[in-house]
Amino acid sequence: MHVEGDRDVCVGAGMCVLTAPDVFDQDDDGIVKVLHEQPDAGEEDVVRQAATLCPSGAVKLLS
Amino acid sequence: MITYPQQRTCPYHPSPGYGELRDGTPLRKVQLVNGQEAWVVSGHEQARALLADPRVSADRTNTGFPMIVPAGVAAIQTAPNRPFLVRDDPEHNRFRRMLISEFTVRRLRQLRPEIDRIVHDRIDAMLAAGPPADLVTAFSLPVPSLVICRMLGVPYADHEFFEKATSGILRGRTPQESTKAGADLLEYLTALAADPPPGLIARLKRERVGTGQMSLDELAFTALLLLGAGHETTASMITLSVIALLEHPEQLAAFRTGHDAVPASVEELLRYLTIVESILRVAVGDIEIAGEVIKAGEGIVIATGVVNRAEDAFDEPDRFDLGRSAVHHVAFGYGVHQCLGQNLARTELQVALPALFDRVPGLRLAAPVGELELRPIMTIQGVNALPVTW
Ligand code: SF4
Repeated sequence: MHVEGDRDVCVGAGMCVLTAPDVFDQDDDGIVKVLHEQPDAGEEDVVRQAATLCPSGAVKLLS
Repeated sequence: MITYPQQRTCPYHPSPGYGELRDGTPLRKVQLVNGQEAWVVSGHEQARALLADPRVSADRTNTGFPMIVPAGVAAIQTAPNRPFLVRDDPEHNRFRRMLISEFTVRRLRQLRPEIDRIVHDRIDAMLAAGPPADLVTAFSLPVPSLVICRMLGVPYADHEFFEKATSGILRGRTPQESTKAGADLLEYLTALAADPPPGLIARLKRERVGTGQMSLDELAFTALLLLGAGHETTASMITLSVIALLEHPEQLAAFRTGHDAVPASVEELLRYLTIVESILRVAVGDIEIAGEVIKAGEGIVIATGVVNRAEDAFDEPDRFDLGRSAVHHVAFGYGVHQCLGQNLARTELQVALPALFDRVPGLRLAAPVGELELRPIMTIQGVNALPVTW
């Protein structure tokens, strides 16, 4: 799995950080920052959930 | 055909008159209380799809907008410098981006000890003065008011004024009273923004007004939105959460012992209580959805109170179950307008509720739930007062 955070469409709601705090963070402006783009197998479920919960479609999964 | 919305009869259940909206049909045309017709959306998937659709507008000045709001709210939301909440992208995004750094998960983690202190101070004061107490004035309202004052740099000494004005906008007895309350609050915030104490208003003035990215009037409207949304909503959530927990002793017992589960419990409370029952939108292009066509210019009402009780999204949706995963609720909306202050609200609830039940273990209602005065349906749901004792 490969994760991207689209910084142009992110609205800073922080759902990704709440859901998968080891994979996502928000920078000083509140915009998504992906901490590791290739999550471990054990993290894939929460990353998928973060993508569903992200309100703006900024969390993108490529696999 | 049913009319929408309809008054709640229980503080935490959607109106029993919504039976028809819950038959599994995801959207239908309904007559609104103001006589307008609009699409009322009750399906979870469709609600999320529409809230994320760029052909769906939040701008109240578009033709066909379903304005089922009090007069004072309508006046604010259609003003030339109306807040970003009721504008579309790219304008909405431009304003939102000036604010999000203040509401990030990390920022709220830093603010948590301060929120904790505020919560415990209020509990100390309530214990010293009672029993009995009105939980709304002793606890639910002052906690978020103090927190938002601190963040924005609004003097808490003025809380009676701005709480009364906000309540007047939402629940004024006449349209004139509601509009006047809005004008008064705007005037107060405009004066405050001219020489703001330290806080977000001062920072925005320096960094955004000073650089020409925001006008002083736009700053006052932004402050009005943040101040109002920052205290009325969370106050209602605290009050209704206390009622729901006291009415479900087995859930309260689990809540008291399971401190690790507090964040998940708060999500279930947000879903179950859904204090903002309707999200208003209008189509600005034709949209095909669930076998229907919503035409440009037709109003859309996302019935969040019903969506959060959708059978296909939540197992036994009418059951209050703190153990479930309710994170996909739409209590904060969805799409680019999803509540900016959601993580502030979550933090306040996660701190306030366990502290209250820990420190006041004998807390109980001092009036039957059936006798509580419920707030009118077109505004944030809640009760006007909550008599408690311990
Ligand atoms: S959930 Fe989506 S919109 Fe919110 S911060 Fe993360 S990426 Fe941005």
